[in-house]
Amino acid sequence: MFDFAIIIESLPEFARGTLLSLELMALSLLAGFVVALPLAVARSSSILWLSRSVGMYTYLFRGTPMLIQLLLIYYGLSQFQWMQDGWESGNPVLLLFREPFFCAWLAFALNTTAYTTEIFAGVFKNTPVGEIEAGRAMGMTHFTLLRRIVIPAGLGRAIPTYSNEVILMLQGSAIASAVTLVDLTGAARYVYSRHFAPFEAFITAGIIYMLLTFCLVGIFRMAENHWLGHLRPRTSPDKQR
Amino acid sequence: MIQLEVQDLHKCYGKHEVLKGVSLRAESGDVISLIGSSGSGKSTFLRCINFLEHPNAGRIFVQGEELRLRPDGHGALLPEPKQLQHVRTSLAMVFQHFNLWAHMTVLQNVIEAPMSVLKLSRAEAMERAQKHLDRVGIWAQKDSYPAHLSGGQQQRVAIARALAMEPAVLLFDEPTSALDPELVGEVLKVMRQLADEGRTMVVVTHEMGFAREVANHVIFLHKGLIEEQGIPRDVLLKPTSERLQQFLSGQLK
Amino acid sequence: MNELVEYFPAILQGSLVTVKVALLSVLLAILLGLAGAASRLSASRWLRFPAVAYTTLIRGMPDLVLMLLVFYGGQVVVNNIADRYAVEPFDLDPFVAGVSTIGFIFGAYFTETFRGAFMAVPAGQMEAGRAYGMNRWQVFHRILFPQMLRHALPGIGNNWQVLLKSTAIVSMIGLTDMTLLADQAGRTTHQPFIFYSVVAGIYLLFTAASGWGINRLERRYSVGVRHARL
Repeated sequence: MFDFAIIIESLPEFARGTLLSLELMALSLLAGFVVALPLAVARSSSILWLSRSVGMYTYLFRGTPMLIQLLLIYYGLSQFQWMQDGWESGNPVLLLFREPFFCAWLAFALNTTAYTTEIFAGVFKNTPVGEIEAGRAMGMTHFTLLRRIVIPAGLGRAIPTYSNEVILMLQGSAIASAVTLVDLTGAARYVYSRHFAPFEAFITAGIIYMLLTFCLVGIFRMAENHWLGHLRPRTSPDKQR
Repeated sequence: MIQLEVQDLHKCYGKHEVLKGVSLRAESGDVISLIGSSGSGKSTFLRCINFLEHPNAGRIFVQGEELRLRPDGHGALLPEPKQLQHVRTSLAMVFQHFNLWAHMTVLQNVIEAPMSVLKLSRAEAMERAQKHLDRVGIWAQKDSYPAHLSGGQQQRVAIARALAMEPAVLLFDEPTSALDPELVGEVLKVMRQLADEGRTMVVVTHEMGFAREVANHVIFLHKGLIEEQGIPRDVLLKPTSERLQQFLSGQLK
Repeated sequence: MNELVEYFPAILQGSLVTVKVALLSVLLAILLGLAGAASRLSASRWLRFPAVAYTTLIRGMPDLVLMLLVFYGGQVVVNNIADRYAVEPFDLDPFVAGVSTIGFIFGAYFTETFRGAFMAVPAGQMEAGRAYGMNRWQVFHRILFPQMLRHALPGIGNNWQVLLKSTAIVSMIGLTDMTLLADQAGRTTHQPFIFYSVVAGIYLLFTAASGWGINRLERRYSVGVRHARL
C-alpha cells in the first residue's frame, strides 16, 4: 500500500517545499522578533495609552485564526478599488499584495509579532524588582536599564516560551498552501493529487515537519544551556529525590 | 566636609505616615548606623535618600549640592532626572537581597555601571573591578554567575559593585539580614575594613555589635521619628528612652 | 451592504458548525487526554511508550497535514475495504474527519496538560487518603481528580482557545463552516474583505467570551483555594 517509488520520484517537490516553508518561517520570525522587541517594551511600559494600543493589536491577532488573517490579506484586500487601481498603475508597494509569498509572509509576521510581543512583555514585566532598583540606584537612565538589564535578562528567560512559538510558527506555516504557495504542505497536496497517494504524500510531509521540529527543539535546548545555565544553582536539589 | 545631609524628611503611604521628619548629616569618614524595630521607617529613610522611594517633604544635599525637587501634584516630591542620575553615582547602595544582575557574571556586574553610567573605558573599569573584587576576596570567582555563589559571597560582590562607582557615600540597607548566620561574619568583616579606610557609610542594620564597634554615630528610629541618637557608647550602653531600652533588651535575647 | 444582509444568516449557520466542531473535538480531546495522561503515568512501560509516541508524533506535525492525511487517507481506506467486500464505498464526511482529527491532535496537548496537573498534586494527599482506608478508586476519584482539575484549568483554557482557532482549517477539507461560507460569499459578491472580516469578528467574539469564562472559572477555583485554610 505504501509506494516508495512515488516518494522518491517526488523528492524534488518535497525539497523545494521544505525550503519554501523554512524560508517563510525564518523571514516571518525575523520580522516578528525585530518588531516585537520595541512593541514589547511599549506593552510593558507604564504609559497606559501606549501599552493599551499595543495590547489592542496583540488581542486582535491572537484572538483570530491565522488562516483568516492570511485570507483577509491575500483575497480580501483585492476587493478595494484603490488596491486594484494601484495594480493598474503599477504601484510597487500595492503590487506586492498580489504576491502570495509576500502576503503569507506579512500574515505570518503580523501573527508571530503579536504572540512574541506578549511573550517578551511578560518576561520584561517579571524582571526582579531588586535588579532594576540596583541599576537605578547606580544612576542608570531608563534607556540604559532597558538596554543592559531588562532586555538581555528577559530575552534569556524568554527562550523556553519563545522556542514554543517558533515551533508553532513552523507548523502554522502549513496553511500557506491556502494561497496557492507550494510549501511543504503544498508539495504534499500536489503529490497527492498527481498520484492519488495520500499516505505517501502526507506521511512524508509529516515526517519532514517532525524532523524539522526536533532540530528546532535541539537548537533551543542548546541555547537554553548556553544562556540560562547561569540561573540554575550548581548544587541541584534533584539529588534528594 | 559634609558628604550627605538630609533635612526633615517626610514620607507617607496613603494616610499612613512612615517618616515624620528625619534628619541626618554625614561628614567624611562618618559611619552612621540606623537602628530600630521593623516598621520604624529606617529602610524607607535610606531608600528615600536616593529616591528609590519618593519622599513627601524634606531637603537632600550630596557633597553640598542640593537636589532640586518639585511636587508631583499628588503630594510626593520629584527630582530632576539628570541631576538625580548624577547624584546617584555618588551614593552607592548595597541591598538586603544583594540584587546582583542574574544574567551577568561577577565581573560583568562590577564593570557594568562604571562603563554604562560613568562612561569609563573597559580597561579602566576592569582595573577598578580587579581592585575592589580583590579587596572583598572574590576575584577568584570573577567569572561565576551570582546563582553559583553563596549569599555571603554575593553580598561581597555587591559591595565591590558599589565601590567600583567610587562613591562619596555608601548606603547599606540591612546588608546581612538575608544571610545565614554563619555567613554574616565575612560581610561584616569587609564592612569593618571599609570603615577603617575612612569611607563614609550609612548603615541600616540589626547587627548591634557592628553599630557598637564600628559606627561613630547611632540613630534609633521609632515610628518614623528619631527617638535617640549619639555616639554608640552612650546610645547603646546607656539608653535614656524607654523604647530604646526595650528595643535593646529585645535584641539581646 | 445588501449582500452582507443577504449572506449573514448563512454565515451565522456556519458559525454553528464551527461551534459544533469545536465542542465535539474538545470533548474527544479531553477523553483522549485523560487516557493519555493515565497511560503516561502508569507503571507499565507498555502503556507509557504508546502515550509518549502519541504526544511526540502529534506535536511534531502541523494540524493541517494530519487533517489532510485523515481525510484523504481515510477515504482510500474506506474505498479499499469497500472493494474487498464488493460494496458501494461511501464518501468520508469532512465533519467527522475534522472533528476526529482536531480531537486527536488536541488529545496530545491535553495529555501533557493532565499529566502535569496530576504530578502537581502532592504525594502526601494520596497517602493521607490511603491512610484513612480509601481504596485506589476512592483516592483517585475523591482526592486526586478534583485537585488535578484545579491545576489543569489554565492549561485546559489555553488548549481550548488554540483549538477554537484551529477549527478554521476544516474549511480546507471542504467542510462548510463559516470560513468556507465567507469564502463563497466573498467570491460571488466580490467583497471578500467584508465577509472574512465578519468571520474574524465572530472568532474574536468566541475567543473573548471563552477568555472571560475561563477567567471567571480560574478565579472561582483559586479563591476557593485561598479560603481553604483553617
